[in-house]
Amino acid sequence: MSAAILALALWIGLWALNVWLATGPLSNRIWARMAVPLLFGITILILWEIAVRALQVPLVILPPPSQIGARFAASLPVLWGDFVQTILRGALSGYAIGCGAAFLTAIAVDRFVFLQRGLLPLASFMAALPIVGTAPILVMWFGFDWQSKAAVVVVMVFFPMLVNTVAGLAETSAMQRDLMKSWGASYWSGLVKLRLPAAMPFIFNGLKICTTLALIGAIVAEFFGSPTLGLGFRITTSVGQLALDMVWAAILVAALAGTGFYGLVALIERGVTFWHPSQRN
Amino acid sequence: MSRYGPIFVLVAGLFALWYAAAVPMNIREALSTAERDGVAVQPGTAIERRDANALGLVLANPAQIPDVWAQERPRLPAPHQVAGELWQSVVMEEIEGRRGLVKSGSLSNRGLLLHAWITLSATALGFAIGTVAGVLLAVGIVHSRTMERSVMPWAIVSQTVPIVALAPMIVVVLYSVGLQGLLPKAIISAYLSFFPVVVGMVKGLRAPDAMQTDQMRTWDASGWQVLTRLRLPASMPYLFASLKIAVAAALVGAIVGELPVQGGGLGARMLAGSYYGQTAQIWAALLLAAALAAILVAAIGGAQRLALRRMGGAA
Repeated sequence: MSAAILALALWIGLWALNVWLATGPLSNRIWARMAVPLLFGITILILWEIAVRALQVPLVILPPPSQIGARFAASLPVLWGDFVQTILRGALSGYAIGCGAAFLTAIAVDRFVFLQRGLLPLASFMAALPIVGTAPILVMWFGFDWQSKAAVVVVMVFFPMLVNTVAGLAETSAMQRDLMKSWGASYWSGLVKLRLPAAMPFIFNGLKICTTLALIGAIVAEFFGSPTLGLGFRITTSVGQLALDMVWAAILVAALAGTGFYGLVALIERGVTFWHPSQRN
Repeated sequence: MSRYGPIFVLVAGLFALWYAAAVPMNIREALSTAERDGVAVQPGTAIERRDANALGLVLANPAQIPDVWAQERPRLPAPHQVAGELWQSVVMEEIEGRRGLVKSGSLSNRGLLLHAWITLSATALGFAIGTVAGVLLAVGIVHSRTMERSVMPWAIVSQTVPIVALAPMIVVVLYSVGLQGLLPKAIISAYLSFFPVVVGMVKGLRAPDAMQTDQMRTWDASGWQVLTRLRLPASMPYLFASLKIAVAAALVGAIVGELPVQGGGLGARMLAGSYYGQTAQIWAALLLAAALAAILVAAIGGAQRLALRRMGGAA
């Protein structure tokens, strides 16, 4: 009972603080903008901790955040091995191959009208399909190690990346292309100097979407068979052992990796497309 | 013809490639079968063949090439084998099978239609939950600055997190509190379809420009009236665009959610196929899932045209 009151009071207090920060006199300060979501996250974590302890929720249903943190800190070497196996070997190599292949295909599609008419409708259809389903087939072909995970990631990121790049290459206006032509620019110099730079916001949009897809592909592929390490393996085996603190620790690794990966691509985007309106403050 | 010609040519090329790729991929199994039947093959033992190049094996045994498209457990089933499996499991098994419509009066659990139905109902339930929750959160975000600043960054961060990693845990946790069947899968579906809707709807509800909202103010419209008469109608194109993404994501969620529970569904079917080496079964389930996705997206597109026509917009 007292825990419920404590939780309620905390919630009201922190929410009021958030309201004050978000709408009060300080709302335009940069630190206030940063503090609001942080405070909200901390509130949720504290309420979670209080609720789990007060209601004595068994560990197999929901461990408290403090225990997840302790487990995370205690099993850093194991989680690091999983991180290397799933993220660095599986997801990143597949991401590089898939996005690179899609980029080259997009340029071929852009060059040949035949491919534009034939491949593009197929690609936008494929982009909506549940491609994760190819995971069991690819695991069967490429074995249990990271090569099969990379293959799943390649197939998953290919179509969204292709659709985005092609859309980006169509972004220049007729007047801009005519200007390049009047300067006697060849197809390739028009591509490199005008149309690729103009396509960059779209390309980075595709790259950002694909960061998440890459991690999903690498983790789901491990559900169909993996060596005895990797985040997907860790999650399934720990669920089997009812070690839910370990599951949450592995999810924390996946979340940190996903956010970091996305943030890295967004950072590169800021540098490359500094001229785009969406990057201005 | 000029519009569909290139698509037709590419699809035909894809099928040709598929048949061609099946030759080197299945040649080992084909040679082993032939050897068991007493046909002389080059080289003679499986161990030698294991180390040999697949293309070399094909060239050395041209007589066995037709066999690669008729293996029982091929590494890559040929298109007609997949089509046969689809026919067998979608039509024959459901109607004529031991537990099919004729003999038992219900869909067979060995047929694909039942599994597709299980997946579809989880997808639909999850999609509905995710859409309603997403629209509600978007309305909250548009109306409360505190909520926007508190929740929106987390919504964006959660987009970057591989959410399906949670799937097995959600299923197990819900099982231990007594929930099983449709709901755990639907929750994963809802989670995946939730964020596209939130992001699209926030954009859509903000689509009316300042002049339009000022006009509402001169009419002394309440917040509720602004929402129902201006913001919601204006957000419809955004809503449908994100619903198409959301329904595809919901289907992925349902399929992934079926992996840890063996309660049927297309995902369970794929996993079973991968355990028992039934490749044609995996491909059939995959194709049916693809058809399901196409139907769902087309249905949203139809609803979009209908809604826009009812609202007097350009469809």
